[in-house]
Formats: sequence, C-alpha cells, structure tokens
Amino acid sequence: MTPGTLSAQITDYANRADPYPLYAELRKQPVRREDDGTYLVSTYYEVRNLANDPRLSNDTRNRPPRYARTADAEDQGLPPSFIFTDPPVHDRLRDTINRPFGPPHSPSFLDGLRGELAKVVTELLDAFDGKDQVDIVEDFAYPLPVTAICKVLGVPREDEPRFHGWADALASSLDPRPGGGDGQEKGQRARQEMGAYLSDLIETKRRHPGPGMLSALAPDMTPADLEATAVLLLVAGHETTVNAITNTTLTLLRHPDVLERFQKEPDLAVPLIEEVLRFEPPVQFVPWTTALADIDVAGTTIPKGSPVWLMLAAANRDPKRFVDPDRFDPDRKDNEHLGFYTGIHYCFGAPLARIELHLAVPELFRRVTFSRLLEDPPPYRANAVLRGPRHLPVAIEGLTV
Amino acid sequence: MRLVVDLNRCQGFAQCVFLAPDVFSLHGDEALLFSPRFDEAQRDRVEKAAAACPVQAILVDYSDEPTKGVEPHVG
Amino acid sequence: MSADTDVEVLRREGRIVVVGASLAGLRAAETLREKGFTGSLTMIGDEPYEPYDRPPLSKQALLGRARPEDTTLPRRRDIDAEWSLGVAAESLDRDAKRVCLANGDTVPYDRLLITTGTRARPWIHPEEAALDGVFVLRTRDDSARLRRKLTGGVSRVLVIGAGFTGSEVASACRELGLEVTVAERGPAPLVGALGGVIGAVADRLQRRKGVDLRCGISVTALEGDYGGRLKRAHLSDGSAIDVDVAVVSLGAIRNTDWLAGSGLAAGPRGIACDAGCRVFDVNGIVTDDIYAAGDVARSPHPLFDYQFLSLEHWGNAVEQAEIAAHNMICAGPERRPHLWLPMFWSSQFGVNIKSVGVPPLGDQLVVAQGTLAEERFVAVYGYRGRVIAAASFDGAKWLGFYEQQIAAGALFPPDYRTVDLRTETLQPVDPAFPDPHLPTHGATVTLTGHSPSERRVQFVPSHG
Repeated sequence: MTPGTLSAQITDYANRADPYPLYAELRKQPVRREDDGTYLVSTYYEVRNLANDPRLSNDTRNRPPRYARTADAEDQGLPPSFIFTDPPVHDRLRDTINRPFGPPHSPSFLDGLRGELAKVVTELLDAFDGKDQVDIVEDFAYPLPVTAICKVLGVPREDEPRFHGWADALASSLDPRPGGGDGQEKGQRARQEMGAYLSDLIETKRRHPGPGMLSALAPDMTPADLEATAVLLLVAGHETTVNAITNTTLTLLRHPDVLERFQKEPDLAVPLIEEVLRFEPPVQFVPWTTALADIDVAGTTIPKGSPVWLMLAAANRDPKRFVDPDRFDPDRKDNEHLGFYTGIHYCFGAPLARIELHLAVPELFRRVTFSRLLEDPPPYRANAVLRGPRHLPVAIEGLTV
Repeated sequence: MRLVVDLNRCQGFAQCVFLAPDVFSLHGDEALLFSPRFDEAQRDRVEKAAAACPVQAILVDYSDEPTKGVEPHVG
Repeated sequence: MSADTDVEVLRREGRIVVVGASLAGLRAAETLREKGFTGSLTMIGDEPYEPYDRPPLSKQALLGRARPEDTTLPRRRDIDAEWSLGVAAESLDRDAKRVCLANGDTVPYDRLLITTGTRARPWIHPEEAALDGVFVLRTRDDSARLRRKLTGGVSRVLVIGAGFTGSEVASACRELGLEVTVAERGPAPLVGALGGVIGAVADRLQRRKGVDLRCGISVTALEGDYGGRLKRAHLSDGSAIDVDVAVVSLGAIRNTDWLAGSGLAAGPRGIACDAGCRVFDVNGIVTDDIYAAGDVARSPHPLFDYQFLSLEHWGNAVEQAEIAAHNMICAGPERRPHLWLPMFWSSQFGVNIKSVGVPPLGDQLVVAQGTLAEERFVAVYGYRGRVIAAASFDGAKWLGFYEQQIAAGALFPPDYRTVDLRTETLQPVDPAFPDPHLPTHGATVTLTGHSPSERRVQFVPSHG
C-alpha cells in the first residue's frame, strides 16, 4: 500500500464495501500524518482520549484556509449547527435543543413514541406479504427512521420526497474530498434549500404550535439557530439510522449461526445491536475536528491547526481494546464501543436510534423468514463517513403475523 | 433485582434515562439518580439501558435469589 | 515447601476472612472467587444487612425516590461465603491468626482482609447527641430514620458541617421544601475538599436555593426540651435558632478501635498499608497475611509524593478491594500496586460536582474551562508547577482529560488553547485551602496503563 494515500483510499468508493483492511493498516500507526497535513487517529484509546480532549475543536473555522471546511462552516447564510460548534456556544444550543427531547426536562418524550413507531414497523413488515424478494433499505430501513424523525420534529411525513435529495447531498458533503470536488458546494446549496423549506415550516409552527420539537423550540431559539438545528436533525435523524438497521440485517445474514440463535433467543437483540454498532458503526469516522493547540498523542505531535480525523470504525476494531475484534460476537462483554462517538459531541440522536433498532430488529427477524442475500456485498452509497448499503436485496421465504 | 451505577465512570450521557425513565433520572443537567431496586416490569428496559451506557457504568444483578448463607432480615 | 506451593495450597483450601461487609468487602470476595480461590470465605459485618450502597442514602433515599432498604448492592457473582452479619469483630489475635467476635466466636484465618470502613463522627456532647431530633447519616438505618423525620412535619433543619454529605442533606431538605440552616466552621461549603475559590461557588449556589447558610460559625450547644426533644441550637456568634432536626455532618471516624493492641499500624487515620494493600505492623514492617482496602486503608501514592492517602471514595473502595483480593492469593512477582487516581462525585442543588486527583494538595488553581459565574466549569489545581487535581461543576465529560494530565505529570498552569476557555491566559490563583499541609518535594513520577492490571509507575527525570 502506498504510504500517504490511506485517506484517499478510505474515501475511494472502490473500498466502500470493506474498508476494514484499510483501517487495520491505519492502526499500525495510531497517529498518521497524511501528505496534506491531516492527521488520522485510528486506535481506540487515542480516539477516545481525543474525543474527550478540550484542545480539539469541532468548528472547522479553526482550520487554516487551505484545508476543507464543513458545509456548515462555509455557509454564509445560516450559523453552523451545534455539532460543528464548540462550548460554550455548543453547550447552550445542545441544552436548549435537548429540552423538549430528553432528560432532565422531557425524559419520556421518546419513550412515548414507542407505540406509534411499533405500528410503523408492523405496517412496513405487513407489506412484505406475498413477496419473495425485498430491498431492506427501501422497504424497511429507510422509511422507519424518516417517519420517526418527522414525528420527533413535527415535519409532515408526506414532504419526504422534497427533502430526500437535500438530505442526501448534505450527508455526502460530510465526506472529505482530498482531491477536491463539488460535494461542498452541493452541500451548501442543499443546506440553504432545506433551510428555506424548514424556515417556512418553523414560521407556521410559531403561529400554530403542534406536536414535535420544532414547535417546542420555536419560542426559545433564534430563527437562524432553529433552522440550522432542524436541517441537522432532519438529515442526521435518518441518514444514520438507515445504515444502522441495514448493517444489522446484513451482518446477521452474514452470520447464520448468530441468526439461528437470535431466532431462538430474542433477548439476544440488546447485546447484538450494541455489537453491530461496534462492528459496523453507522458513522465510520469524524473528519471535522481540528487541533486548537499542539497535541501529543502516542508519541506524535499533532500541530495546532491540523485537521484531525477520528476513525471510530477503526478504533472499534482495535485488538488492544477488544478481544478478537474482527469477530462479530453478541456475547462480547465490556463492549464500550465508540459507535456513537463519545465526549460532549456524543450522538444526540443515539437514544432515538436505539429505540428504533430495539423495535425494528427483533420484529424483522421474528416475522420474516430469510432465505439469502441476493447480492453480497450489496451496492453501497457513495458516502464514506455515513457508510451503508444503498440497497440490500434479500430473498425471503415467508412472513408470520 | 438490583443495580448500581458507578458514578465515577458516569459522565451524564443520560442514555439510561431515555431507555428506562422510570428507573433512572437526571437531577439537573448532569447528575444521575437511579432506583437501586427494580422489578420484572422494568427488566427489559434496564437491560437496554445498561447495554447502552457509553462508559459501561451500570452493574445489574437480575437475580432475586437471596444470597446464600445470609439470614433474611426484616428491614 | 516453596512459596509458590504455599500460594497454590492457599488458593485451593485456604481460609480467608473479610472483616467489614460493605462495598469493598463484597467486591474483594467476588474477586477472590473470580480468580479461582476455592477455600473457605467468611464475611463478617457489624450491621445486620447484606452489603449495600451508601451514596444514595444522602440523595435519592432522602428524596423518597429510593428506599434505604432497597440499596442492597448487586452481586457480580456467587461468593459462596459464610456470613456473620450483625456481629462486630472485637479484636484480632495475630499470633493465633484469628478474629474474635462480639458474640464470643473466634474465626481463624490464613489471610485476613480488613474493610471495616468508617462511621459518622458523632456530635461532641453525648447527652446532646442523644436528643430526639439529632441525627448522623452513614448507615441504611440512619437514612431511614432521617427520612421519616423529615417527612413527618418539621419546621427547620440544622445541618452541622457543609462538607459533601452535609451539603447533600441540605440540598435534599430544600427539595423537600424544608427550611434549612447550614452551620459551617470554615469560610465556605466544601472548602476542605475543594478550597475557598470553589467553595464560594457552592456558597452562592446554596444561598440561591434558599439555604440559610452561616459560615465561620460553629454550633456550641444543642438544647432539648423537657421531653428530650431537640428545640434549639446555640451558635458561636451568640445567636440561637429554633430547630427540630439537627444533622451532624462532621466527617467520619475510621473503624480501627477493634484493632487496638493487635500490633498493627492502625489508628484514627486508618490502617497503614503498602501499595499492594498489605498492612504494616506498628514497627512499620509489612505483614504478609493481613490486607486492608476501602475507606479504612491508607496507602502511599507515588503520584502524590508517596504520601499515605486515605480515600473515602466509592471507586477507591472497589478498585483497592480488587487489588487486595488479587494480591492475597498471588505470589510476590504477580502482585499489583494500587495506583488509583482519587475520584469523587457529589450531586447537590441540581449540580454534578466531580473531582479527580487530590485538590487539597494544590497550591494554585485556574478555571480552565467555563466560568465560576455560570456554575459550569472545570477548575484545575497545580502543585509546584504540575497538574495535581481537577474539579468540575456539570463538566464531567472533561475530567478524563485532566485525569491523564495528572497521571502524566503535566505542567501547570496549562498553556494551551482549549474550547470554552474564557480568558486569553490563565492566571493561577490561590485555591484558598484553610489548612495547607504541603508535602515535601520528591521525585516526579507518572502513571501508565489503561486498566488497573496494567498500571505502573514510571519515574521521569526532573523537569527543573
């Protein structure tokens, strides 16, 4: 493997189906400097420590201009959404947004959606009836999170065709493109268009509050901050969970022994889902952090201003932290994975994703008798950061009630 | 069934509160309170909460068997 | 017979006795079994209960969100022990290798682990302490009694001492809607643990939450009515307040009385042991069959100039117990040092307070992230140019970073840019501890390793 090109290989679509050999290569040098001065960190303890390091910023405006910035940072119209900010701004925004979403103010908000979401799962699976082949992505893993995030935010579900394309473009813009490309521009345009759509919706909510977070947040946030937040949550709310559900299905179908056990022991769902989050994390790496000071990590100094990529998927398979890390093992003890990141930027939507996974996965495998994967590896989406199959065609033998 | 949270490890991610809001709660923005005893009705939720803890700080004992060799006491 | 054979025999058929059936005792027993100890195990505890968790007793239990009797600790595994609960150990006969119990029984041992912990320091005047309405808070029964009293209609609660427990009790009282006065001898709450600078934040917090906080004041007398019920407290400024409940929160006393005359280095400050948890005798010679762990133990810590630290910390109890158990059934070279970095938490008035390291050793302090005014910050303590501790108010996610700075002997004050840094440069101030006892200067050491089993000390050359 040519040195200095690992980041290019990781973002290269040719390696999308199986980036894990590249991650293993990366881990040989826990902190690796790429030719352009970007640092890739790939071992568990180093990634975890940096995620907790106050000298690391999530605001790419702290990078020298020669480096790529996120669409959020480049956007002239909207302020960056909270994941691309640092404290104290970050903490204020996240606390405010959390108010209608989770504890301490709304501890049961998500819990209260279980019933409705369970119904969605049932309906989606009912539609498998009479088919001998389905696409897990289109028919199951995508519609559930879209419905969920629409309910959470109070966005009309029927508008999905409108925001689908914007969401994809924005998600793609998270991919670093060392060789240049038009992803960033497309991302910014998508952000503005989606922002305009949501801005209208927020304005309506302001006048006629309804269920969901947008109505609850409207009185407490500036229109611009709420618009930026709404864009982020709407995109992140489904672009990641679709991967989590699909990856779980794919992984189980690739491990018939585990699948067979799971069908006999439905309680296996809980550790199994956590193990998928370690084994095939829906966010593979975080390429938008920047060193605010010189940082010594594992014998290497990352100079101030350097872009730093935290390779979560590589860290999750670090043999120094996980025994036999390339083995999918739902009995794994001590599974302190980084599938949802850690530190103050720990995935805001993780609890929603888990609730969806806990509803979707056991029900999918209880009701559907799978025959086989029709394509393995399946076709992947272009995205390297939010990595997941575009389609997952499977042959099925039957459906129980 | 019993549980304890290692509050040295706990960093207030509150994932347990989302998944089992009747057993765990936040006191203010970050301090976690928990019910050290829970019943069968909460078992499934507690299991999910413990598995989801990003720092694996929740220790659960699902057994209701009395400890061998301990005389029962009226509390 | 070689020492290795001895250890093998001990692991197979030895007799291990654990005196003190609380958190440390339980975790040690579980570790012994986990590591293959198959001999006999005896658990001796003076309280009639299985090991239970104490931190909730001053928090959720007082708030009524958990019953004190529900705090029994989860078990990691079956320990197959003989339990002797409700019977205190009364003395130790080292020559005969046996523990004598209050009921006259004697229990022989090959290895002894002492985890007797602490008890609440009682009010100085016994007859006043006996008044109806005067409480301490340490045990399950204490908590249940206090909860009953607080919910039975009281007009004003007096908390004597604004350390962590006292402050937590005051917080619970306010949350229950009770009037509460806190009398603290020092200049601010938490001053002994975190210093006056942080204490001032706690001071503001308490007052804002409606506590009648009186600092620089001590309680001189508790006065009862004819029926022996507390009715008034007299303060050192000459004033008096009518109260019907007083909670004495003046710290803890280590339970070492039963070891008087045993020849062990045990006293009011705890039981001295080495970093491997082996107890010293009065001559300062280490024993090889007696170990100590938890609140009652004091052991030298390399990071803090090899001072003997005694830590009343939950996490310390767990880890020290595990190390002690491991070392009890291992041959010399496999033994591990207990190198736990002190860590502490308290939740009060809706704020999560945590610390790592030993703040009272600090001679300087900076607010590295956030601000004191917002009551959300990380304060870092320095000692002679090194980071020695950090404390956070609602900033727990950052403490792991500072823990590593302490372990690495990082330079103080920090000279790097961080998120949430509110000033251009950090100006260290005196953390304002009331009674600084600065240790002598020693070699600089650092800790390495991610898990207790890997942790080792490394000497580093002097940085000048």
